[in-house]
Amino acid sequence: MELSDIAWCPGCGNYGILNVLKKTLDELGIQPEKMVLVSGIGQAAKIPHYFRTNFFNGLHGRALPPATAIKASNPSLTVIAESGDGDMYGEGGNHFIHTIRRNPGITNIVHNNMVYGLTKGQASPTSQAGFKTPIQVGGVFLEPFNPIAVALALDATFVARAFIGDQDRTREIFKKALMHKGYALVDVFQPCFTFNKINTFQWFREHTYYLDDTHDVHNRNQAFQKAVETDKLPLGVFYENTGRKTFEENIQETGKAVLPLHSQETDYGKLKDLILKFK
Amino acid sequence: MSNSIADKKPGDVSILLCGQAGQGIQTVEHLLMRILKSSGYCLFTGKEYMSRVRGGMNSTSIRISGSPVSAPSNRIDILVPLDKGGVSHVSCMLTSNTVVIGEKDSCGGEIPNGVALLDVPFSKIAAETGNKVYSNTVAVGALLFLLGLELEPNLHHIGEFFSGKPDDVVKKNLEAAGKGYASLAGTGTARLQMEFKSSPDVKEQLLLSGAEAVSLGALAGGCNFISSYPMSPSTGVLSFLAQHGSEFGIVVEQAEDEIAAINMAIGAWYAGARAMVTTSGGGFALMTEGLSLAGMLESPLVIHLAQRPGPATGLPTRTEQGDLEFALYGGHGEFPRIIFAPGTLEEGFTLAHRAFSVADKYQVPVIILTDQFFMDSCCNTPVFKLDDVDREKHFTGTSAGYRRYEMAANGISPRGIPGLGDGLVCVDSDEHDQEGHITENSVMRTMMVDKRLKKLESSMDDFIPPRLFETGSSNNLIVCWGSALSAVREAVEILGRDDTAVLHFSQVFPLDAALVREHFSKAEKTILVEGNATGQFGRILKGCTGVDFHGRILRYNGLSFASDELAAKINSCLQEGK
Repeated sequence: MELSDIAWCPGCGNYGILNVLKKTLDELGIQPEKMVLVSGIGQAAKIPHYFRTNFFNGLHGRALPPATAIKASNPSLTVIAESGDGDMYGEGGNHFIHTIRRNPGITNIVHNNMVYGLTKGQASPTSQAGFKTPIQVGGVFLEPFNPIAVALALDATFVARAFIGDQDRTREIFKKALMHKGYALVDVFQPCFTFNKINTFQWFREHTYYLDDTHDVHNRNQAFQKAVETDKLPLGVFYENTGRKTFEENIQETGKAVLPLHSQETDYGKLKDLILKFK
Repeated sequence: MSNSIADKKPGDVSILLCGQAGQGIQTVEHLLMRILKSSGYCLFTGKEYMSRVRGGMNSTSIRISGSPVSAPSNRIDILVPLDKGGVSHVSCMLTSNTVVIGEKDSCGGEIPNGVALLDVPFSKIAAETGNKVYSNTVAVGALLFLLGLELEPNLHHIGEFFSGKPDDVVKKNLEAAGKGYASLAGTGTARLQMEFKSSPDVKEQLLLSGAEAVSLGALAGGCNFISSYPMSPSTGVLSFLAQHGSEFGIVVEQAEDEIAAINMAIGAWYAGARAMVTTSGGGFALMTEGLSLAGMLESPLVIHLAQRPGPATGLPTRTEQGDLEFALYGGHGEFPRIIFAPGTLEEGFTLAHRAFSVADKYQVPVIILTDQFFMDSCCNTPVFKLDDVDREKHFTGTSAGYRRYEMAANGISPRGIPGLGDGLVCVDSDEHDQEGHITENSVMRTMMVDKRLKKLESSMDDFIPPRLFETGSSNNLIVCWGSALSAVREAVEILGRDDTAVLHFSQVFPLDAALVREHFSKAEKTILVEGNATGQFGRILKGCTGVDFHGRILRYNGLSFASDELAAKINSCLQEGK
């Protein structure tokens, strides 16, 4: 696809995320044929079309269930589920919660610009209080959704936040997330030039800071404390837990699933025996 | 006794077990079924079919016959009330031909005038044996006597049923059965003379439920992934596959909701699995967005939709054929789908494995439409055959330059899966080009719509024609689909008319219009029988083929068709206009 065909506005933070993701995958030597990019609907969710890779561009809010199933069906694939804040935290909120509980080995990248782009400027679940839109005419009065705190509450095994204004640091975070065994959330701050005049590159620079070496990524309580800070929003890896089994491991060990499913052959001898048990 | 059971000469015996929800009924049912089947009798059990809702009363009907039976009857030859209230629960169905076998102390006051009570103090005998819990086994013993069966050769079934329990419990149950049997044996009570013969063939047959038939069919179809959210009456399939999942290496996941369930199943097919979901109307409503996605992605998908009466929560444990049009039209946009509706257990098995094969072959969603009656009914059926199962997998390896939606004359592009070859597999819920990338090109849009719809036409290569059951002519044609078959066939047998045939559809969509018109052209009178209020299949038939009906028999009270009642209705329909 030609660059001119890209459906993002010039200067959109999505370009930076696309660029960083490509570089990270290249650095990690992940082959396009051996990965699947799963997305929902929205401006962010168009990202697979600007990539040369296998992709599953599904329904709004529904990227995580197929991503989980793809990884479960064939764990040798690298699976990335990527969409915007409205898609992952709003329409797909229930899937977000339960995917974290399942802990599939997928990387969940969420473009968080605190506004709806594709539907032209309504509030998103992460819009800040007071944010005015053509729908929320008096300003948003709902408490913003805090994906980091929610993920930590569910003991997500990797929780991070990045800001695309800093592509090098974002790449480091993406790399850690992709190398993590289990579910990895990366919430990426990304300004929307067209519909969010408040949360600009400048705003994010002024309202964020990076977690430093004193932060213990294995301390969930400390991570939670950081997650609920609002004066300045922390960036970096909040939490990492490498002790939990992945969904794929569980279905193989506990459920005795034989993976990958595409090469599985039904045992008709066994089935015949099972049928005859009903005699 | 005023009306001795020995005077009856029925073509079959109909027993109704009635009592509080719980283990009691199931124990008696299970033991009787095992014993009667090993004696070579044809059997049918249906649950709750005539329930007059009162408290926690449940009923299970058991029919015993010399020839196959697979529908309930409203006649009760023997009523076994296992709890107080059991007789009142069905009192309007009792006649002077019914024998009630139960405890005078608990149900004596409920017996209508003219109905005989055979007093067997189940709980007193059980208590003497050691514990009141043995009363169900006492009842089994008494029933064996009444049915003219021997005790000794059948005791091992009781032992097997309780195996796994402490030895003492097994022993006490055997003792309880013996005492139940003896309580009647010594009294000169007349025994039922079953007019019909048992058959050694039945002993070699299977005895299972609709839920089990569909589940075994899914296994035969290579199902290796099921994601679903529990919902009556569809859950039996999910739990069956869960219980046997580890034997067959299946991924089983209880999803957070039906939306996740169907999206997981589509993701699994994309990665090369054979996935299904099982649900009922309300869950299917949530799945329609995903159904439409399967249509757009050209993903194979198998949906088992076990109907129950709606709208909304409706009657959660009852039956109806009310979601046919919903199954046909559910999901936004236009895309092909295939709908099967089994009428027999054998069809439940066959259509379930065919669903996987045609879904895979034509890259379309296939819906298996059953209902509570079909799921919960149990009868004997010939052993399912695995010889004609299509074991071919229809995905391919890819090479560089592969295009998922390559135009094809029959609409079917080779389906690659990610990681298998050098090609890239790109699928998109937006309208897309041949590579799978978003497009708004109107020429491409038209080509893609035509390509998708073409697959419906192509699928007619595997069309399952309606079955005609004819003894003489098709002057009168009774048309039905899905689970109504058993009651309709028996009703026509009861009428004994050789000018009346049954036409049953197990593939309800797409249809072969010419074939339908040919069947209708031979009939003078056509009657539609459906388990819904508006005659949905009649409407679809008319829309697809132009045929119409002279009469309609519709049932939508939450209960399944009963063959004797249906026979009377068909008869009066045939009388009309004569």
